[in-house]
Amino acid sequence: MKAMDILGTAVGNSFRSRLRTTLTVLAIFIGAFTLTITNALGTGINNYITTQISSIGAPDVMTVFKPTAVTAPTDGPAPYEEGGGSELATNQGPPGSTVIAMTDADLATIAAIPGITSADAIIAVRPDFVEWQDNGKFQLSVSEFSAGITLDLAAGSGFDQTGGALQIVLPTTYVPTLGFASNAAAVGQTVSIGVTDAIGTQHLIDATVVGVQNPTLIGSGASTNNALTTAIFDAQRTGLPASTPTEYASATARFDAGASASQITAIKDDLTAAGFTGSTVADQIGTFQTVVDGIILVLNGFAVIALIAAGFGIINTLLMSVQERTREIGLMKAMGMSGGRIFALFSTEAVFIGFLGSAIGAGVAIAVGALVSNVLAEGFLSGLVGLQILTFAPASIATVFALVMGIAFLASTLPASRAARQSPIDSLRYE
Amino acid sequence: MTATVLSTRNLTKHYGSGDTRFDALKGIDLDILEGESVAIVGKSGSGKSTLMHILALLDAPSSGELVVDGHSAATLKGKALNSLRNRTFGFVFQQFFLNANASVLENVMLPLKIARMGSRERKRVAMATLELLELGDKAGNKALNLSGGQKQRVVIARAIVNSPRIIFADEPTGNLDSATGRIVEDLLFDLNRERGITLVIVTHDEDLAARADRRIYLHDGLLVAAIDEPAATAGRHA
Repeated sequence: MKAMDILGTAVGNSFRSRLRTTLTVLAIFIGAFTLTITNALGTGINNYITTQISSIGAPDVMTVFKPTAVTAPTDGPAPYEEGGGSELATNQGPPGSTVIAMTDADLATIAAIPGITSADAIIAVRPDFVEWQDNGKFQLSVSEFSAGITLDLAAGSGFDQTGGALQIVLPTTYVPTLGFASNAAAVGQTVSIGVTDAIGTQHLIDATVVGVQNPTLIGSGASTNNALTTAIFDAQRTGLPASTPTEYASATARFDAGASASQITAIKDDLTAAGFTGSTVADQIGTFQTVVDGIILVLNGFAVIALIAAGFGIINTLLMSVQERTREIGLMKAMGMSGGRIFALFSTEAVFIGFLGSAIGAGVAIAVGALVSNVLAEGFLSGLVGLQILTFAPASIATVFALVMGIAFLASTLPASRAARQSPIDSLRYE
Repeated sequence: MTATVLSTRNLTKHYGSGDTRFDALKGIDLDILEGESVAIVGKSGSGKSTLMHILALLDAPSSGELVVDGHSAATLKGKALNSLRNRTFGFVFQQFFLNANASVLENVMLPLKIARMGSRERKRVAMATLELLELGDKAGNKALNLSGGQKQRVVIARAIVNSPRIIFADEPTGNLDSATGRIVEDLLFDLNRERGITLVIVTHDEDLAARADRRIYLHDGLLVAAIDEPAATAGRHA
């Protein structure tokens, strides 16, 4: 029998017992549907994160900090290093994480590492409030990620880093709170920022709003330009003795924007050798992706369990079908059909059932998913602009098809080999 | 001289072993010539079906030699065996073994499909065969909807569609009334006479056996008499 004839006959055979085929297809449908949806969820979220990374930009910036010596919870503290910094709380990693404070000498060490063009301390500014035209004072948090980041602006033109003008970009969420009529209306206005110094005196700094920023995954704080950051920092330090050393939790290292992945890795290795840890924005956001991938893997695991259960359904269906067609198989063998082709006939039937199940499953999943995704994007996920929670990638759908058909084939091997080994006389005997 | 298409020497077949050992065939020497019609006659349990299965290469003998169309059966394996089965044999069974839900044409085309004949060609050959058996108008019908006689004619069409050298007929008229059975018998013997297809009929029906050129009587796994003319022994094994 030719391959096309085997395919045609197998397809025909699978429709011979419609109810049985329908039930088996239904079982596969459930697994394929779930798998398509969970994959789409993973693709959707990861796409969003990737878009976020690319919109944030900063491909040439690395955050560098000095990790504390790792000690097991049961060990005592690590010995003190002469001249080493004290531990600082950090906003990186799990709550309670600490890093060793960095000094200006550390910055020089970082800047000297090959591939790094400059190293600047990330200055932690802690403004008290922001206010516009007596509409009330509101807490202001300044994003620490600002260095080198491309802002996703909803309005305005963004910073002019060269001038000495004090500039601020506010998140969209601040716009109505502060009393602006619209995003565009906020641009060009002057807001007052309150800062308390070391001896308790509050200073007021005026800054121009040059843009309104869409909220992103990495916080919804305001961004300040270098001039404003410095102004706030200086105001904070008013009253401190001039000899007080400055300590930083982390620093920003710039490197060549064209650096390849291996060059970046080399820089990170050098930093590690020097006692620092460097991570790019992509690394930091990449941890989100790892978590998302982990969750999707577990969800996919459930879908695969459903598919394996459906695989037993296929075994059952085919065994019954082999039983029913004993005579027919015997006849075909008597007519010179080889065992291999009989095997192919039954396994093709299973693969076709798998194909039907995954086609219907993926099709319904895409239809339902597109609908749900759009409803969610306009509903309770509207805060995350650009997030299409379910995204159907052709490659992942093709993977679902391949997986389901693979499982169907595996399931068919038992009944199909039973059919292939069947002896023609046993099948044709009727005495 | 006519060639021998089937030849056996001291053919035996047994099932089981020890106490449960059952000897179905106890040493059969047989030669069937090209174009001959042979009836293998015997009661239930005489071993006639076993013999037919072995002759048709559906079963292997326990010992002894079988030569089919010049090929020693013991050496035939895999592809060669399947190809020989497909090209050389046609089968007519008492219980038809038609695929009930497929069309008559589909059923008749099955051996050609197995022989990997192209779809248009096999349709043409199968239709020609159906016309020959006056079943052309039934080609599209489901096998399910045919009468017994029509079914057996479809089975004969299927048996001859690949132009076999030998047709094995196992109780071909067993499920038919005598009038219909007569038509089917005529068809088989016509094919034998006009096309020179060797006909091997397994039956316990003496009347059918009587129409064959030669009758072989099997009793408890042994040939008891092989006679060329209808003889007085007829009826003993009915």
